[in-house]
Amino acid sequence: MADEEFFEAPTFDEINLKIQAKFGSKVTFKSSTKKNVKAINEKRRVFMSTDRETLYSLCVYLHDVLNFEQCTSVCAVDYVEYIQIVYFITNYYTGVMAEITVDITTSDLHVPSISSIWEGANWHERETYELFGVIFDGHPKLERLLTPKDYEFYPFRKSYKLRGAE
Amino acid sequence: MNENYDTDQMWITMGPQHPFSHGLWTLRVKADGEIITDAEPEIGYLHRGWEKECENRTYAKIIPMADRLCYSASMTWSHVYCKVVEEALDIEVPERARYLRVIADEICRIQSHLMWLAAVGTDLGNLTVFLWALREREFFLDLNVRLCGQRLTTNYPRIGGVRNDMPYYFERDCMRCVERFEKAIWEIIKLTDESSTFVGRLKGIGYLKAKDVANWGITGPAMRGCGVDYDVRRDDPYDAYEDLEFEVPVLNKDNPMGGDAYSRYMVRIEEMFQSCEMIRQSFNKLKTIPKESPTRIKVPRCIPAGTHCAKIEDPRGESIMYLVSDGTEKPYRLKVRSPVFVNVSASRHMVKGVRIADIPAIMAMIDMCLGETDR
Repeated sequence: MADEEFFEAPTFDEINLKIQAKFGSKVTFKSSTKKNVKAINEKRRVFMSTDRETLYSLCVYLHDVLNFEQCTSVCAVDYVEYIQIVYFITNYYTGVMAEITVDITTSDLHVPSISSIWEGANWHERETYELFGVIFDGHPKLERLLTPKDYEFYPFRKSYKLRGAE
Repeated sequence: MNENYDTDQMWITMGPQHPFSHGLWTLRVKADGEIITDAEPEIGYLHRGWEKECENRTYAKIIPMADRLCYSASMTWSHVYCKVVEEALDIEVPERARYLRVIADEICRIQSHLMWLAAVGTDLGNLTVFLWALREREFFLDLNVRLCGQRLTTNYPRIGGVRNDMPYYFERDCMRCVERFEKAIWEIIKLTDESSTFVGRLKGIGYLKAKDVANWGITGPAMRGCGVDYDVRRDDPYDAYEDLEFEVPVLNKDNPMGGDAYSRYMVRIEEMFQSCEMIRQSFNKLKTIPKESPTRIKVPRCIPAGTHCAKIEDPRGESIMYLVSDGTEKPYRLKVRSPVFVNVSASRHMVKGVRIADIPAIMAMIDMCLGETDR
């Protein structure tokens, strides 16, 4: 858990205000239009999008100041023109889960690794690397994990067609 | 003899066929005599491309596939899938279905924990525990048969509810089974807790600090045994859990050392009692809801475009599904966050500094399931 001096857990509104004060227009907040989802109504989800230059400093800020202790998941979505990396980061004091999206172009698939901040992101980043070909700069061991070591393609990209797909 | 050989330490490959690895995975450990100095888990023997397969199927066809992610927690996996699609449609599930889901989930949790207890028994050389725990589990699988028609891959939750209401006399049978279990579990606890060899192999090994546990991404009973007080059912409630009263067992909350393997064992045992309590309360609440009220609502074939995320408490930790829909009848992308995938990635840190003989006891507390790990 967090160090003693950061024991106060920020609420949902404080998280919004603090990040906006620190990062300004570099981090955009999104709001959901859903009416019946309990977690969104009760303010337990934060949706943010940022660019890859700001990502690392945003994660350090979330971990050190706002007390987000766990990187729950990292995944990628292939939108053909660009690839979106999605981070889920959880705060166990308030139960708030932040969803951070970073868009990167397909021609330059580099993004800073956050596994030095949260060790739990290590394997998620390896998995994203082998399935989408996204390179996480600064990752301690960026090797294939689930697929054979000699694969030279990235099977979860949309350009990789399944048999029977239209 | 070449004197340049580093004879101090050597790499030992445990798995993929090894008694302690429940399923196909490998733990390579670097040993200095008996003490482990480094470790490297290897998975991927069972990788089927589950998430990619889903992009080729309609939404309704994915429910039975979600069952196959984990054979002993099939109910929670199809549940989290249905939840993420319900979130995408922005609909509310009928009240009767919400309680039926809780009952089905908690039956699943008890039988999954009993399967784990049986596996721990064999890992630690107590074969009687294995047989007795599996005997108790069979009663809960029979309940699954009554409710869903299947023992393991239940295919029970549906998008917008559950498949069918409970059959006649299900409540009577279920409460008989639960009451019997609450007595019979003490026989197993006597076999484990009063056995000095069993306790001796668990107590005092594999200490994990709460701060590290959160940072490594460990969730579920393993996290709560080490002092992190968080349970999705209580702190991020879904379906009917917010109307139920239950305790979340957390051990070693103020212990600076963190929790050992024994406390992670204790949390799981305690969770089974809490599950019994939840089943009992759910049946009481179900009595107040008229029998004629619907158990599912009709949903459209096509899901509106957007990104959606649902999380629930699996027997092994937090399971999350992230859905990207594009307005068609097939998902654009479906991401599965498996709790065991993250827990096993932390095994590198868990086994550092312990003896080789302690590895089965520490790894047993992860409750391995390779279907959801490799996907």
